[in-house]
Amino acid sequence: MSATVVAGMPGPVVELLNQALVGELTVIDRNGRLRTDPLIPFWDGRYVLMTSSILFSRKLEDIKRNPRVSLSLSDPVGIPAQPFSRATIQGDARVIDDDLHQGWYRLLPLWEAKEPIIKTFLKPMQKLGLPLFWERAIIEIQPRRVLWWPNGDTTRDPQVTDMRDAAA
Amino acid sequence: MNLADALSRLPGYSHAVLVVPDDEGYPLSVATSFRVVDGTVEVTPASTGPSAVRDTVEAHLVVSHIRPYPGVGYDQRRYIELSGALSVGGPGWHFSPQAARGWDEQELSFPELCQRALPQARRYLAALGSERGREVKPQMSAGWRFFLATRLPFLTATVVPVFLGLAAAAYDLHFSLGLAALTLLGAVAVHLGLNVTNDIFDTLSGVDAVNFTPTKFSGGSRVLQYGLVNMRQMIALAAVFYALAIIVGLVLVAISGLGLLWLGVAGVLISYFYTAPPLRLVHRGLGELCVALGFGPIMVLGAYFVQTRQYALRPLILSIPVAILVTLILYANEVPDRFADAKAGKRTLVVRMQPTAVIRGYVAAVAVAYMVVIAGVVFGVLPWPTLISLVTIPLAYQTWKGLKAHYDSPYQLMSYLGKNVNLHLFTGLLLVIGVLLGILVRR
Repeated sequence: MSATVVAGMPGPVVELLNQALVGELTVIDRNGRLRTDPLIPFWDGRYVLMTSSILFSRKLEDIKRNPRVSLSLSDPVGIPAQPFSRATIQGDARVIDDDLHQGWYRLLPLWEAKEPIIKTFLKPMQKLGLPLFWERAIIEIQPRRVLWWPNGDTTRDPQVTDMRDAAA
Repeated sequence: MNLADALSRLPGYSHAVLVVPDDEGYPLSVATSFRVVDGTVEVTPASTGPSAVRDTVEAHLVVSHIRPYPGVGYDQRRYIELSGALSVGGPGWHFSPQAARGWDEQELSFPELCQRALPQARRYLAALGSERGREVKPQMSAGWRFFLATRLPFLTATVVPVFLGLAAAAYDLHFSLGLAALTLLGAVAVHLGLNVTNDIFDTLSGVDAVNFTPTKFSGGSRVLQYGLVNMRQMIALAAVFYALAIIVGLVLVAISGLGLLWLGVAGVLISYFYTAPPLRLVHRGLGELCVALGFGPIMVLGAYFVQTRQYALRPLILSIPVAILVTLILYANEVPDRFADAKAGKRTLVVRMQPTAVIRGYVAAVAVAYMVVIAGVVFGVLPWPTLISLVTIPLAYQTWKGLKAHYDSPYQLMSYLGKNVNLHLFTGLLLVIGVLLGILVRR
């Protein structure tokens, strides 16, 4: 298992984040209800990052009102990490939408590594088909607490890492 | 997605993510296994360490699936989110779902999902605008916006008949490059004016707003729906194109004679009233006829008249196959648009007819187009090298097969709509080449 521990994030969870094609992001909506969407998570060494089109921006509105979120990394098919494990990351999210057109491009190398075809869709003629899909915000999550289940067995107690100290 | 449907799909997923609010106000997620029992879900108890899962009416159970596609990314995206009450304790926790939402890309394609999400994108941009105290719009360069708003690639529909009229004039030993350039400019201006006007009135009538399955061949440019261009800019653009078309037309009338005026007036009126009230010709099932006349006889005969100052039978006969094939572009493009068109009261031929009749109509029209060329040659009106245009018959066959196989699948139909556009382009250009070869053969 990777020994990488960056900004307090346990190495195996970094490995999950780096391999995950999908994670389930839960936010709290305007009525205090939970709302979950599958998204591709990225890890930049300090924050968990995601990008969302303005087409599917309800989660962005929700995060702006209440930044408390949770990300589940649980799918053995969508996360081809070996050995497999599971994790939940709770944290405070921030929406970065000052440049919807270009700002998210900083995530492109991470995105392309997981979804190589994305480069094809970014060709000008291709982008014309769905221009609003490419107006995107970044979701930046500052992890607060990480729960990690070795072997993915959630009936056993997770290893809990409190990252509030690391963040401070 | 209704609850019963969602529950019936749950066994297709390997695991679920249970989400509950924790004591500190964060959502707390944990993966678990489950089984559906009499409309409720039995969830395997999961351990979340010091922040234990408790009874709650605000629980969510989420299942999701993707298929990794190495070197590409992934596909087969689907997920279901159930909300309801969770009761913990005992060997199995009980989740009583109250509501469900979800998406399966095999049932609702991603492009259609995006089109349906347009109102949310507009709301977000509007809110961002209020936050910043200035309008926030999606960005696209002026060049690409022009390309999209005018639907430039469709200009082949104009280039083909104009070239055909010019070739017919050359066959009759009349050709002026300057007049040919002016003719093309005028025809292009009318066509672009038509494209922009069409978007304006389809937006005003609500047709484009309820079309969730546009393709690059149908459903308009959608620049207004995307907020890339505003209505005032589109109206200005249409006005510029029509003004240019009218000025060029009047210059050509002054040079070639009044005989051209009526054809030009008919062309501009048909183009404008195609979707504009009060006539809204396309809403009355006359769209196909308008397109056939405008991009067939009017353009071919007009280009011929400018060069020769007279009308003749040969260009009229030559205009018939291209008129039919250009009409079939519209006709086939109406297939994916038919539900939105019907909803907005746009009673196109495809809306009025049964699918089998639409497909038979396509075959019959293509057959007539080729028969006209053959008959034209047999009766000595067209030079025999125009028979070269028959080599596109296999393309027509492929389009027919695609139309039949993917009538209800807008995105799978798209490549066949492309073949249909090429059918008009290649057949038309081969007719042009055939007429020009006819000059050589005759000598």
